[in-house]
Amino acid sequence: MATTLTPQTTGETEEISVTEALQQAMHEEMGRDEDVFLQGIDVADRGGSFSVSEGLLDEFGPERVRDTPISEAAIVGTGLGAAAAGMRPIVEIMYSDFMGIAFDQIMNNVGLMRYMFGGKLDLPLTIRTVDGGGFSAAAQHSKTLHSLAMHLPGIRVVCVSTPYDAKGLLKSSIRHDDPVFFFEHANVFNRKGEVPVEEYTVPIGEAAVVREGSDVTVVATQAMLYEAFDAAEELAGEIDVEIISPRTLDPLDIDTIADSVDKTGRAVVVDEPTLSASAQSEMVAQINEEAFWRLDAPIKRLGVDNVPIPFSPPLEQEVIPDADDIVAEVRTLF
Amino acid sequence: MAETPAEATRVELLRRMERIRRFETRVGELFADNELPGFVHLYLGTEGVAAGTCEPLSEDDYITSTHRGHGHCIAKGLEFKPMVAELYGKETGYCGGKGGSMHIADVTQGMLGANGITASSTPIGGGAALASQIRGNDNVAVSYLGDGATAQGPYHEALHLAATWELPQIYVIENNHYGEMTNTEVQHPVTDLVKQADAYDLPGVIVNGQDVEEVREATVEAIERARNGGGPTVIEAKTYRYEGHYEGDPQWYKDDEDLPAWRTADPVENYRDELLDDGVLTEDEYGEITDEIDANLEEAVAFGRDSPYPDPEAAYEGVYAEEI
Repeated sequence: MATTLTPQTTGETEEISVTEALQQAMHEEMGRDEDVFLQGIDVADRGGSFSVSEGLLDEFGPERVRDTPISEAAIVGTGLGAAAAGMRPIVEIMYSDFMGIAFDQIMNNVGLMRYMFGGKLDLPLTIRTVDGGGFSAAAQHSKTLHSLAMHLPGIRVVCVSTPYDAKGLLKSSIRHDDPVFFFEHANVFNRKGEVPVEEYTVPIGEAAVVREGSDVTVVATQAMLYEAFDAAEELAGEIDVEIISPRTLDPLDIDTIADSVDKTGRAVVVDEPTLSASAQSEMVAQINEEAFWRLDAPIKRLGVDNVPIPFSPPLEQEVIPDADDIVAEVRTLF
Repeated sequence: MAETPAEATRVELLRRMERIRRFETRVGELFADNELPGFVHLYLGTEGVAAGTCEPLSEDDYITSTHRGHGHCIAKGLEFKPMVAELYGKETGYCGGKGGSMHIADVTQGMLGANGITASSTPIGGGAALASQIRGNDNVAVSYLGDGATAQGPYHEALHLAATWELPQIYVIENNHYGEMTNTEVQHPVTDLVKQADAYDLPGVIVNGQDVEEVREATVEAIERARNGGGPTVIEAKTYRYEGHYEGDPQWYKDDEDLPAWRTADPVENYRDELLDDGVLTEDEYGEITDEIDANLEEAVAFGRDSPYPDPEAAYEGVYAEEI
């Protein structure tokens, strides 16, 4: 599995975690551009709730690494205002569950200001947040909410699984002149993988075929990517699974996904949001539009059925998809 | 008692108020004649607040505005032609017809946008002030909000953060006594909304919004404080909205018969009389100022009327800076 997620590079690589990859991305970008700064709850002294900003305060000081009050609307709104005034802010919402407090800023200002003002205003704002369950954190600290961001024009949506993508895409997001909503995932921070020692970026808007196969396409995001690999291993010899990591959800690289479905004729989309009007729904719709005539079976979706994330471990494990669910779903297509 | 500003400043204050008054009056007519799509919220009666707060600002200072933003735009120096064209939804408008009355913006003049969501622009102003603080420059941000916005969470989050970080931001509450279509007394636990500033240990100043010089003096002090690292100030301007919440609002909720005298003291006419009485202006000079404004305005109306609508395909442009 690990070798399959290793980037194709001829240069020297090192093995790091997703957390370390995100740290490196911010270190490098803050060192590269003095307009980049970070603000959020516990991001400075504490180094972030998930340690993603560790070391930044020491290196860049309190002007550029700012502990905020617990005020998500102000965290996002002032980040946006600073972006409008020419800065390149990174703002952190500790859990995506907390974006509700800031959602007026997100849906009425962040994604709209450029357009409403006639397309004349660059807003290089990166909003980092954390999706995902699996820690008995219960319904208000476990949701996967990137579908909400995908609904909004004017905002790019990035979801990462591997250290390579985490670093390369966070760097691209910070450099991007449009707002980017960058979704990390609580269940992938400790995943390790190889990244180039040399500087690199991963472009926004490009999916990756991370495992080649001929029988079925599994599109899997965030922690689900690892579940998909486990499922593919279990199905090996029976069904040959191709796995695609979309990496950017808005805009979705539908060409790469559709090319795969052209080859396999079957698709399962696995992502962690509740299913109704979800990222999975959007991906299924786009696959349907682009690859319908090559399909040998209906496109399937996996996600959390439309229930809140429960607290008790057996309940939580029940609702969040895993490799067994993917194996079972794939088998229904044959 | 306010110290009297220099004569040129006084004339400029009157000129900006007259520009707003004449613009808004004309917009009201155009709207009544069904020339303008959508809806408009007029600034009539509150001209002293925008003029008195914007006059001391430089072009590099920022403002953020509200749904009732025409007055702020004009006071900050935006031009009639692209403003009127925007109200018509024309290609030549400030936003190419994509924003309309509630979203006029011109970042090159520090105008970070009118905003249709109550209190939503206050954190944006805080962010512009934050950019100044990080860069160590002199620019301040003035954020306008209505009385109703003082009940909104984002205002308090923005105020809390600005106070904690001592951002160079000035909050100007335009208390025009109606939050949308309901009297302020029904909506707030206090009469003086600026009292909320006490909770953030910020200076809070009440001014008569109908007295442009009093507004200006309070703003000059607040700007000084902000530029010298003294942090935010909250100014509450007591003022009065002549028109309804929107044009066409029947205003059944208004109690105009019982208005105290200060509410009906017209900020523009009174100030004009004062400048004439003080010999700062002659009738002829006043006439020259208003003639020029009226001529500019009629040119702008013609420009708005005659400008082309945007190509429908333009609806798909300007969402992103970078195509992917």
